[in-house]
Amino acid sequence: MTKDDEMTTGEPVLAMRGVRAELGGRPVLRGIDLTVRRGEVVALLGANGSGKSTAIRSVIGQVPVSAGEIELFGAERRAFRDWWRIGYVPQRTTAAGGVPATVTEIVSSGRLSRTRFGLFRKADHAAVRHALELVGMADRARDNVEALSGGQHQRVLIARALVAEPELLVMDEPMAGVDLASQEILAATLREQVAQGATVLLVLHELGPLEPLIDRAVVLRDGCVLHDGPPPRAVGQHALPGHDHVHPHEHTPQRTGLLN
Amino acid sequence: MELLDFAFMQRALVAAVLVGVTAPAIGIYLVQRRQPLMGDGIGHVAMTGVGLGFLLNTSPVWMATAVSVLGSVLMELIRWYGRTRGDIALAMLFYGGMAGGVMFVNLAPGGSNANLSSYLFGSLSTVSPSDVTAISILAAFVVVVTLGLRRQLFAVSQDEEFARVTGLPVRALNLLTAVTAAVTVTVAMRVVGLILVSALMVVPVAAAQQLTRSFTATLAIATALGVTVTISGTVTSYYQDVPPGATIVLLTIAAFLLLTALAAPLARRRARAAAARRPAGDPPECAIPATRGAADEVGV
Repeated sequence: MTKDDEMTTGEPVLAMRGVRAELGGRPVLRGIDLTVRRGEVVALLGANGSGKSTAIRSVIGQVPVSAGEIELFGAERRAFRDWWRIGYVPQRTTAAGGVPATVTEIVSSGRLSRTRFGLFRKADHAAVRHALELVGMADRARDNVEALSGGQHQRVLIARALVAEPELLVMDEPMAGVDLASQEILAATLREQVAQGATVLLVLHELGPLEPLIDRAVVLRDGCVLHDGPPPRAVGQHALPGHDHVHPHEHTPQRTGLLN
Repeated sequence: MELLDFAFMQRALVAAVLVGVTAPAIGIYLVQRRQPLMGDGIGHVAMTGVGLGFLLNTSPVWMATAVSVLGSVLMELIRWYGRTRGDIALAMLFYGGMAGGVMFVNLAPGGSNANLSSYLFGSLSTVSPSDVTAISILAAFVVVVTLGLRRQLFAVSQDEEFARVTGLPVRALNLLTAVTAAVTVTVAMRVVGLILVSALMVVPVAAAQQLTRSFTATLAIATALGVTVTISGTVTSYYQDVPPGATIVLLTIAAFLLLTALAAPLARRRARAAAARRPAGDPPECAIPATRGAADEVGV
């Protein structure tokens, strides 16, 4: 079975049908249809205010839906209980508490969906260490998250999403405000997850370094789906013949040494 | 220690230890949620409970617990539903609670504002044996919630949106936090007083933060500091004949200032240690790579 067949026949892990939502009385989603099938990497694109973040936040129940249906892994969203199957990376601004917290403490909270009554076993501690290794932050495990750069903070939030070993990754602008070195590590982490069969839905402002990974792009405008299909064609230098998205720095050794 | 010969001092010290543990233990989540003044609001509402206790001739501690738990649930509901007018509704709840307390006390037979005073500012000699029983039961509840559910409460207080996606019952945990804060207010009421209780929830946490990098360490240092100041404040209050609540709060603020002064050298030492850990090839200062030339080197 080729990848294309998979895309049309794979079981849907996320389905939105006619979803509408209002924020402060203003319609933000005006009937969104979106299906993500197992193994797909789908980018949600659109200008600021087009509703892409609201669409994602309606899926996780953070934004109330006024009409339409949302299904997760075949279950109606309200009846869905297997939350460990979803790894969520919110926009970085939402995750700031008023008390210091270490990288390990933040990542551990992502493992709660796999524990009973919040009791951690050996496997849970091991999963936290492994998730930090995946994003190259194992050496910062005991540091205060406030002491990290924007890109490092984003890697911690991705580790927090990965620590439950989810099947579907939902990410809201994972590359926003992230330095180049961290972007490369994030792209590599995501590539690895996709190779292992993860399904990904991500909100992006621009395709950027994740472009080669993306199977399908859904473009929103004013709360409606404008385009659902192959990613928008590259323009400018990216469209030149011979430009096959192999960036030269992809194969140079990581200067930070964090991944080794 | 002659002060331990007095039964009322034994009771006051037991209450002081319980307050010292519970107030920072719930306060840390309020600080983490950036609602440090919530305890203050609940303290105002609890006054109505104290007043009702006098009026109905029942235990003011249990009455205050009931009313402040109700008030905290109401505050949480206002936070969910009343996004736009939430602040106004909270203000009405706080001042209505305070006014209700004064009104009920004065309606009680032979009651006057003087009866309220020991609840407002704390008092050692008035902690009765039944108060100690009530405070111990309530404190046990607070400890079980704040320590037993610390991973869940941490997750919800740190990032509510993410906590929802881990399947945690976010609303139930928010309600539980509010109710636990209300219970803590009534635990602390007899020793520190309703007006000053919020200080003991917030200031030890703020003081601990000056030194710590982790939530766990902040929680440990804040409760240790809480117990230290409540015991030393209670003892000072006995020997110097000064009000315990005010003594405890002033000691807590002094501890905050002391730890803040200690924090700067500690931060410098940590920065040096971090610099020593960095690989040797990494330049310690800003340096422009020689091959590129400086950006402001403009050839004309």
